[in-house]
Amino acid sequence: MKVACTVNGAAREADGVWEGESLLYVLRERFGLYGSKNACEQGECGSCSVFLDGVLVCACLVLGGQANGRTIVTVEGLTDASGLHPVQQAFVEAGAVQCGFCTPGLVVATHDLLQRVRKPTEAQIREALAGNICRCTGYAKIIDAVNLAAGRT
Amino acid sequence: MRVGESVRRPDGAAKVRGRFEYSSDLHAPDMLWGATVRSPHPYARIKAIDISAARAMPGVHVVLTHKDVTGRNLYGLEIKDQPVLAHDFVRYWGEAVALVAADHPEQARRAAQALKVDYEVLKPITDAEAALAPDAAKLHPNGNITRQVKIRHGDQSARADIVVTGEYEIGMQDQAPLGPESGLAVPEQDGSVELHIATQWLHVDQEQLAAVLGLPPEKVRLTMAGIGGAFGAREDLSMQAHACLLALEAGRPVKMSYSRTESFVGHVHRHPGRLWYEHGADRDGRLVYVKARILLDGGAYASSSTAVIANASCFSCGPYRVPSATIDGIVAYTNNPPCGAMRGFGSVQNCYAHEAQMDKLAAELKMDPVELRMRNALQTGDKLITGQTIDGPVPVAELLKSIAAMPLPASGEGKGGDVDLTKLPGGVSNTTHGEGVKRGVGYAIGFKNIGYSEGFKDYSTAKVRLFTKDGKARVEVHTAAAEVGQGLVTVQAQIAGTELGVNDVVVLDADTNVGSAGSSSASRQTYITGGAVKTASEAVRDRVIAMARAELRAPSGLHIENDNVVTGTGKLVVPLATLLGDEVIEETREFHPRQTFPLDAETGQADAHMQYAFAAHRAVVDVDAELGLLKVVELATAQDVGKAINPQAVEGQIEGGSAQGLGLAVMEEIQLKDGVIRNASFTDYLLPTILDMPPVRMDVLELGDPNSPYGLKGVGEPPTISSGPAIAAAVRAATGRPITRVPIRPHDLTL
Ligand code: FES
Ligand code: FES
Repeated sequence: MKVACTVNGAAREADGVWEGESLLYVLRERFGLYGSKNACEQGECGSCSVFLDGVLVCACLVLGGQANGRTIVTVEGLTDASGLHPVQQAFVEAGAVQCGFCTPGLVVATHDLLQRVRKPTEAQIREALAGNICRCTGYAKIIDAVNLAAGRT
Repeated sequence: MRVGESVRRPDGAAKVRGRFEYSSDLHAPDMLWGATVRSPHPYARIKAIDISAARAMPGVHVVLTHKDVTGRNLYGLEIKDQPVLAHDFVRYWGEAVALVAADHPEQARRAAQALKVDYEVLKPITDAEAALAPDAAKLHPNGNITRQVKIRHGDQSARADIVVTGEYEIGMQDQAPLGPESGLAVPEQDGSVELHIATQWLHVDQEQLAAVLGLPPEKVRLTMAGIGGAFGAREDLSMQAHACLLALEAGRPVKMSYSRTESFVGHVHRHPGRLWYEHGADRDGRLVYVKARILLDGGAYASSSTAVIANASCFSCGPYRVPSATIDGIVAYTNNPPCGAMRGFGSVQNCYAHEAQMDKLAAELKMDPVELRMRNALQTGDKLITGQTIDGPVPVAELLKSIAAMPLPASGEGKGGDVDLTKLPGGVSNTTHGEGVKRGVGYAIGFKNIGYSEGFKDYSTAKVRLFTKDGKARVEVHTAAAEVGQGLVTVQAQIAGTELGVNDVVVLDADTNVGSAGSSSASRQTYITGGAVKTASEAVRDRVIAMARAELRAPSGLHIENDNVVTGTGKLVVPLATLLGDEVIEETREFHPRQTFPLDAETGQADAHMQYAFAAHRAVVDVDAELGLLKVVELATAQDVGKAINPQAVEGQIEGGSAQGLGLAVMEEIQLKDGVIRNASFTDYLLPTILDMPPVRMDVLELGDPNSPYGLKGVGEPPTISSGPAIAAAVRAATGRPITRVPIRPHDLTL
């Protein structure tokens, strides 16, 4: 089947998409946007977090076909090619990145949180990021990064 | 970019932007997707394999079985006992039997399903004790004991006034790195293959691949792809040989990338175990003897079991003075999934046991548990139970003092209406408002070796190049060491920057064009590869200084600072770029730490280890004993890191390591039934989330080891050892229940 959608502001189209392909697969293997990660492909880890019509979703739980005619923003689309978004900058500075496999998903989820709540409490941060698993950091520096970004945006 | 500064990761920007290329992101024009046919039985004889249906499926290009393995169909880190593709028997659920390559990953998966294997199903051995029975089926030619370690230290007939015994059980933990096993194999015209892979040790992969592919090592070239965490899961081969075989046969690039479910059978796990302990002490609480039997289930193949059981045995008593020890460590083959390396490597399992025993002794003696530990604390110059005299800082008492002195978190008791549910067991599920919740505090300390042991040759190689780029001095560092997330790229750049006084330092991608770095395991890379970068940088610096003196007739005592050659008093002699001109100065060096020796087979005595690292934890927990829920409220830890090369990264290792320890204590377990994994997904295998992991208070000591570069100690593993045992102790304190098994289950708290 054919899937046409807007990704990071550009019109994209994929032909010959198999009905069972997830949006995550379409983004990664058909559009070459490998920033959204594939740690579980079961909706448990948040590493594939993207915005679908402005709503935070796990791209692995959305069928490619469902994205037809819709607007998607991935981690690659949060900022233009040159700079870092304040959330991204904060993750680097706070030491919230180790292997970094969880990072794109956390960056997108944090972006979503800070759009809704400008200065989240620690409880709000923990609740908002509870769907994003990080195996490396133990989360302390991720909370630091969110606070750092919240102070700047 | 200097040693001791919290320098930002050079790969950080690419990682936050989603532009860092992990092994699962690799792709090539015209590539095929590989899939693996896996055994549905934990133990069976293969009677026949019929590939015809799979071969006829749409999009399929290649189907391979054991007959197509071009070299030796056996590999393994320590014992070559594991087939690349099973030929006569399958010995665990999920063992690889055949391979498929197709245009689309779904086509490959469906073809793998269509492949027919005729099995004669056999009764699996799924318990390590049963594997040791004299009449048990032999799973491997030499029987079911993979290795037995005996430690006989001091008076073997010692007796004591106070004796406590205990039996403990540890579940099977998964490393669960977020990045799946994946890679891309690209065949070349000359019959060689180029593999892009996420591995902990490029050269040992290369060596094993050359043997199983039947190619000389130079025809198997490996380049490191981005690694999404490792923790021991990437020490053994997973899809490496499979992708290479498929690519060489297809004559096209082949990508393989495991699903999470496949990942659970695609790598080894932490050994589950049963441990029986007897501690004898005098009435003042001084240990007289320790006797222990440690039985680890190694699963179907050896992997690094022989080294894990050595560690479990050597560190079985914890960091205490033990005049007499009688330790028997056994690791056995079973038909459970293979077990091998995971962060902590044998020292995690025994820490649960020796720390529970210390608490039992304290209770028996009516003594404070921290006081009892201090009274027995190992000190510099003491003899370990392996007979080795421990040198360098041994801050056992200091670490205990530190965690005991840290302030305790505020009480979590419910106070009427304004309770923060997120802070209570059960969280916002509204299970309790504080009624029925009991708080407990527990302590634990552990230790382990840094680097390889028992005479295994430990070294790393670094190539350091200094030249001028755009009118400025630049340094390139090239090693084969794996950046698994721990921050080794940053550390290498900091060390070269410090030794050479140059600001622009680039760490090149790791590959097999430079000598071996050894593995990113045993908390060894900052020490060993860091040592190699330091040594090579010093050699480059010596040449620069000699050049400056020869060309400029400069005085002695020169050094390099901030891209300039300066005098001893810091006066500019010449900018480095001017001195160098077109010259390229390059040096390659190996770094070898001090030698170790194998354990004696009868007594377990030897100078078997190179360096020891220590960490202590205090845990505070709240338990809802009625509903079987628990929440870890806080972890406090103290660790001696010798010298913090990158303090921010050190904190990250301690926080992350503590979280993995917490996982084993309260939720992480691969659940097996008759050898079959019941929970091979992140839905059912629980990992600590941001709601489960409490704040970590820490005290990082930098006591300086006289033997190591900059005085550093390995950092990564110690925090994973003692955090869980401290939590188990805290739960015991809160509930009064014995808690002899981890992970702690709801019914352990209630029934
Ligand atoms: S990959 Fe989508 S939630 Fe894990
Ligand atoms: S940094 Fe590795 S999973 Fe989060």
